[in-house]
Amino acid sequence: MTLETKSPAAVVNNVLAKYERDASMLVGILQDIQVEMNYLPKECLVMVSEGLDIPLTRVYSVATFFKAFSLKPRGRHSVQCCMGTACHVRGAEKVLDKLQTEMCLCAGETSADMKFTLETVNCVGACALGPVVVVDGEYVGQVTTDKVKSILESCK
Amino acid sequence: MAVQTTKQGRLNSAAELETLRQEIKSATGENPRLITICCGTGCLAYGGAKLAQAFRDEIETRGLQDKVGVKTTGCHGFCERGPLVVIRPENILYQRVKPEDVGDVISDTIEQGKVVERLLYTLPGTKERVTYEHDVPFYKKQMRLVFGANGYIDPTLIEDYIGVGGYTAMVKALFSMTPDEVVSEVKRSGLRGRGGGGFSAGAKWESTREAHGGLKYLICNCDEGDPGAFMDRSLMEGNPFGILEGMVIAAYAIGCHEGYIYIRHEYPVAVKHAEMAIAKAEAMGLLGDNILGSGFSFKIKINRGGGAFVCGESTALMASVEGRIGEPRAKYIHTSEKGLWDRPTVLNNVETLANVPLIINRGAQWYSSIGTANSKGTKIFSLVGKVNNTGLIEVPMGITLREIIYDIGGGILKNKKFKAVQTGGPSGGCLPAEMLDLAVDFDELSRAGSMMGSGAMIVMDEDNCMVDIARYFVSFLEGESCGKCVPCREGLKRMNQILERITNGNGRDGDIELLEDLSETLTWGALCGLGGGAANPVMSTIRYFRDEYEAHIKEKRCPAGVCKPLITYNIVEANCPGCNLCIKACPVNAITSPGKKMPVILDQSKCTKCGACYDVCRLNAVEVR
Ligand code: SF4
Ligand code: SF4
Ligand code: SF4
Ligand code: FES
Ligand code: FES
Repeated sequence: MTLETKSPAAVVNNVLAKYERDASMLVGILQDIQVEMNYLPKECLVMVSEGLDIPLTRVYSVATFFKAFSLKPRGRHSVQCCMGTACHVRGAEKVLDKLQTEMCLCAGETSADMKFTLETVNCVGACALGPVVVVDGEYVGQVTTDKVKSILESCK
Repeated sequence: MAVQTTKQGRLNSAAELETLRQEIKSATGENPRLITICCGTGCLAYGGAKLAQAFRDEIETRGLQDKVGVKTTGCHGFCERGPLVVIRPENILYQRVKPEDVGDVISDTIEQGKVVERLLYTLPGTKERVTYEHDVPFYKKQMRLVFGANGYIDPTLIEDYIGVGGYTAMVKALFSMTPDEVVSEVKRSGLRGRGGGGFSAGAKWESTREAHGGLKYLICNCDEGDPGAFMDRSLMEGNPFGILEGMVIAAYAIGCHEGYIYIRHEYPVAVKHAEMAIAKAEAMGLLGDNILGSGFSFKIKINRGGGAFVCGESTALMASVEGRIGEPRAKYIHTSEKGLWDRPTVLNNVETLANVPLIINRGAQWYSSIGTANSKGTKIFSLVGKVNNTGLIEVPMGITLREIIYDIGGGILKNKKFKAVQTGGPSGGCLPAEMLDLAVDFDELSRAGSMMGSGAMIVMDEDNCMVDIARYFVSFLEGESCGKCVPCREGLKRMNQILERITNGNGRDGDIELLEDLSETLTWGALCGLGGGAANPVMSTIRYFRDEYEAHIKEKRCPAGVCKPLITYNIVEANCPGCNLCIKACPVNAITSPGKKMPVILDQSKCTKCGACYDVCRLNAVEVR
């Protein structure tokens, strides 16, 4: 999935058509656009607002309210560290610390070379395996600080 | 030997469904040899998908397709031990199975009927192995009424669900009960909402049924914002048809024809399985227009959540379904009268709806015989944290915390001391060791200053700091507050500041009282449950662990060794033979070796207290003070 090759207009039109321009599906619409574009570019938000005939402020308020959305470009690899309670009591904070030092990034940031985005999430629903790190959608359970390096190296 | 029926078209009557069921059953045969492999999220993380492929390949190579079937299922609950493989019908349980083990399982167990010893579950602290799933202590005290089917069916095959008796309850409701009868059956069963509040499900249905207005809505909540809970996810992923069946029955009872399933976007498999289940059920006439020719129609749409905890509040969730931001509103008008699009709306969570087919099938009387006086049936808990057997458990209401944590959970990890169990998520509370004999149900938990919530049970040991836990919850809630009302917006911020200062070693006399004051303000002043419940983790930790707060404030000490500014890492020279593992682990070169086989030296001025040395040292030679 390369960002450059996708035309925002085509993506937005496809997604709007899939949801039959139903404004009540705004959250889902933005989610689908984000899957395609990897984040929510401003031009897409404008097109959504026009396409659904709703104010741009409403699109923005939804896009900024929900944690799932990013208005900034994200890296090619996403690393999510779970900070939910089950993971917290088993040392998620330490894991996040280690991720941050290894990646030289603070949670929420993307590396300058656009390779990684580091994010925190509050529970990904695999609490039995805490602490959990999700790398490009793959769950890694029972993460300890000494496993962090190899987890990052697995991202080619 | 996967059962694929010939007739996949639309079913037009209850009789046709029954014929199909018989067909499925006879195709499966009397004693089907079946290898079930858990492919729930936990087991997938341990390599469940590769394992399943390995089984399929091996069976094909050996040409055993006619002798044994392979089925990938949803979560069996015992995620800690994944990937799990259960050989049916005997129910031999193999745990932590790897692709390398597949050959032995097939040749020994399937071909020769012998058990592969090394893959069996071993009782902790002994060498005793357990062969059968139902003999493993983790499962023994459970009552898996709602969750049990997960281990038997492939969630993507509607035939599997029909084969285990699926849709019998729907048929019974649609064809032999009036909507009022369904409502009163559910009311009499005593089923209380499993999502948080614990309101009577039947009463909720009744008020929506009686509400004015033609259009009504049903929403199934699979958002599960509670960090630490994942039962709704597992049910939706593992048995989506069961949820759909519950929804149809609920819709029929309240007289509604349109429904939504609201699913967290963090649960992609749940979304996929729900979408697929809706499509299949519709194609077969088990959902949609004129279900099974009964004249009743019900359609379901999926709506994805955007990752906002506040959407656990019914009014916020409905706003989000309408495509607006998830801001709660005051509930002086109930959602049963004015909910989604201002129409009467029932909102039930996944687990609540999953209970409904059981109640209709087996009757209110039977259902209410399980549980305690005012909490009926079973509850699924996610038992996680510092406990040996983590996973999802389904137990009758009234079971004690001790039974859950010790008998089912197998006790505390690494033989540490139990400190507390946090129940009910960020709005719940922490219960200490003295409460271990508490019988768990809705009312007992609230009396103890906690709550049922969605059923997260997070076990903590002596290494967890209760002030840190309170700070954790408050900062979590501060981040999730929608900011609409002042007590919550400002109160949480202030509480977080105070808790942070305590954990930083700058706590002052009077801080505890200040926290208590603020808690009270939030409890009474906040608009919705997020702010209103926020006091619980703080109040319960103060109530049961006041000495820990005082140690932080008065002695500038963190007894559990968690709060960074208050601790130091030290080398216990007597335990350290100089293996140098910690030197490699330390990111800032704070540890050096004075010579071969000599205890290492830790330079406090360089140490950033990352704890890496503590984690790698196997000889307890790093201590936290
Ligand atoms: S209590 Fe908090 S989350 Fe609820 S409405 Fe008020 S500010 Fe929003
Ligand atoms: S706590 Fe971290 S920084 Fe300090 S000595 Fe240990 S490994 Fe090094
Ligand atoms: S890891 Fe433990 S035993 Fe090994 S050198 Fe470090 S402190 Fe000593
Ligand atoms: S708390 Fe981390 S996965 Fe649930
Ligand atoms: S995911 Fe396999 S047992 Fe839970």
